[in-house]
Amino acid sequence: MTTKTREKVLEIRDLSISFSTTAGTVNAIRGVDMDLYRGETLAIVGESGSGKSVTAKATMGILAKNGNVESGSILYTYQHEGAPKTVQILEMKKRDMRRHINGKRIAMIFQDPMTSLDPTMPIGKQIMEGMIWHYKTTKKEAYEKAVELLTEVGIDEPEKRMKQYPHQLSGGMRQRVVIAIALACDPELLICDEPTTALDVTIQAKILELIQKIQQERGISVIYITHDLGVVAKVADYVNVMYAGRIVEKGTIDEIFLDPRHPYTWGLLSAMPDLDMEDDRLYTIPGSPPNLLHPVQGDAFSPRNVYALNIDDRREPPMFQISESHYAATWLLDEHAPKVALPPELQVRIDRMKKEGVR
Amino acid sequence: MHKYILKRIFLSVFTLLAITLVLFTLLQFMPGSPFNDEKLTDDQRTVLNAKYGLDQPVYVQFGKYVSNMVQGDFGVSYNISKNTPISQLIQTRLPVSIRIGGMAVGLGAIVGLIFGVIAALNHNTFWDTLCTAVSVLGVSVPSYVFALALSYTFGFRLSWLPMLYSSKAEFASSVMPSIALGMFTMASIARFTRTEMLEVLGSDYMLLAESKGISGAPLILRHALRNAMIPIITVLAPLIVDLMTGSLVVEKIFSIPGVGSLLVTAIQSNDYNVVISLSFIYSAMYIGIMLVVDLLYGLIDPRIRITKEGGNA
Repeated sequence: MTTKTREKVLEIRDLSISFSTTAGTVNAIRGVDMDLYRGETLAIVGESGSGKSVTAKATMGILAKNGNVESGSILYTYQHEGAPKTVQILEMKKRDMRRHINGKRIAMIFQDPMTSLDPTMPIGKQIMEGMIWHYKTTKKEAYEKAVELLTEVGIDEPEKRMKQYPHQLSGGMRQRVVIAIALACDPELLICDEPTTALDVTIQAKILELIQKIQQERGISVIYITHDLGVVAKVADYVNVMYAGRIVEKGTIDEIFLDPRHPYTWGLLSAMPDLDMEDDRLYTIPGSPPNLLHPVQGDAFSPRNVYALNIDDRREPPMFQISESHYAATWLLDEHAPKVALPPELQVRIDRMKKEGVR
Repeated sequence: MHKYILKRIFLSVFTLLAITLVLFTLLQFMPGSPFNDEKLTDDQRTVLNAKYGLDQPVYVQFGKYVSNMVQGDFGVSYNISKNTPISQLIQTRLPVSIRIGGMAVGLGAIVGLIFGVIAALNHNTFWDTLCTAVSVLGVSVPSYVFALALSYTFGFRLSWLPMLYSSKAEFASSVMPSIALGMFTMASIARFTRTEMLEVLGSDYMLLAESKGISGAPLILRHALRNAMIPIITVLAPLIVDLMTGSLVVEKIFSIPGVGSLLVTAIQSNDYNVVISLSFIYSAMYIGIMLVVDLLYGLIDPRIRITKEGGNA
């Protein structure tokens, strides 16, 4: 975004992942490319089952046992003794992954704080565990750092909380603890998998602010996985819109919110609840995502797309480049395609966002 | 905590009293009397009944029995071993049953846990199938089949272990009966552990622990097994008492002087005091083990840890 050189942290190329289930093979991810630079925030948006979480879990090396990487690479670059070092995450042994990457370099915050903490371990111990495991920190040092972390994530009386168990804390507090655990080993990349979905609306904003604050203070990169465009607008620098295991549009936040090109992005933006809307009814995208058990013919979104062209049913659209950072995979951008105007309600909304700002 | 334990012990006393009362009443409904010898005349029976106080109304008998029991006197045997105090009768037999049962529980629980964990960690592989097959076998084959098979193979054929129980070689002669008795425990614990572990392994907190970078034994022991243990203990507890109280069939096969055969003989010959005393001891053991299990829950699962106030947290 600025003129200084951007340092690439994560580079995902042509990633395809399938899951073997009793019903057959589900092609959850079908050729995903993704880039993340140091200190920046990338949001991955999409419906349930679009492959957001699978992409994140593959990056963490915690794919479910029935998941198979069909193709592609995940390159992760980190500072090792002063020099950048790049590793192929998909080719690493599970053991090395746990030893050198998980927790230490890449940490993850999960969706549901109610179930993501071990119910039989005091929270202090859960925060200290990673430090002692990775860095052989002494108990005393780990304890002090854990107390600091709890203070940092905004938990009162940290010493008292250290001894408490997850069931003694509220949902918002638990998510703060999960964040403290993620930060315990000073990771350079934080993956937040719908970190606020399971929380009350009032708590959501606070958790988002907390993650933003931490990101600014520590200068780490963040990947947000969410289906909430409100969250995206608040936190992200870049947005990747995913649909049925593919990225259908990517760009900076302004490009996605103010100049969306893919009909699916239009649908998502139109479906955002808005108090200033004149219409009482909330827009929804008709239909449901395709079943990825079966191979997808043409554009996966075309059956739900009112702007679908004939070619959409036959050939999958390539990524069309719109600007240096803005890409979309829709035949509407082809030079032979008819010119299609944005849905009028969305145009009104975008005009207003242009005046008031996206965030 | 102490208050809670005291409360539980206090309640146990009442439970035991109630059990004794029920036993007393049930025995009254049993046909026949301890003095069934055909050579006895009616007059002799009356004299015997009067001697042991069996001519008194039930509530008087009960009151007397309880007051004697409180003083540590469980009465005497009527006909299994005439006029021998019960405490003396049990003294030699109970430790044998408890030792063999204890060994069976220990063996069953430890081997079962290991099998269950191995099966869960290698879900849907050869090892999983093997462990499952072994545990299905253990649950469905009765203990006497194992007892006979072991006795034949290791006792008769290979002569590794004594075929019959002997107080001179207590440990060696307890091995086979313990294995035969412990098979069922092993199999059910293995099956249960597998199911529980699979559930825990699929939980979010395991994913979080893995994403922290924890792996290997600490991951399994600290996070998975501990959470899986809570339901496993619930299943294990009744099995413990079951095994400690001896098994008639296994005792017969290895000719073990345990309490299992004593109880059956006592019931058959209406030896009231023996029946009541043994049942009383079983009940006391059961209640004791349940108390220990409840306290163990608190140690393992903080969610049901007992507060200082004496109630549940």
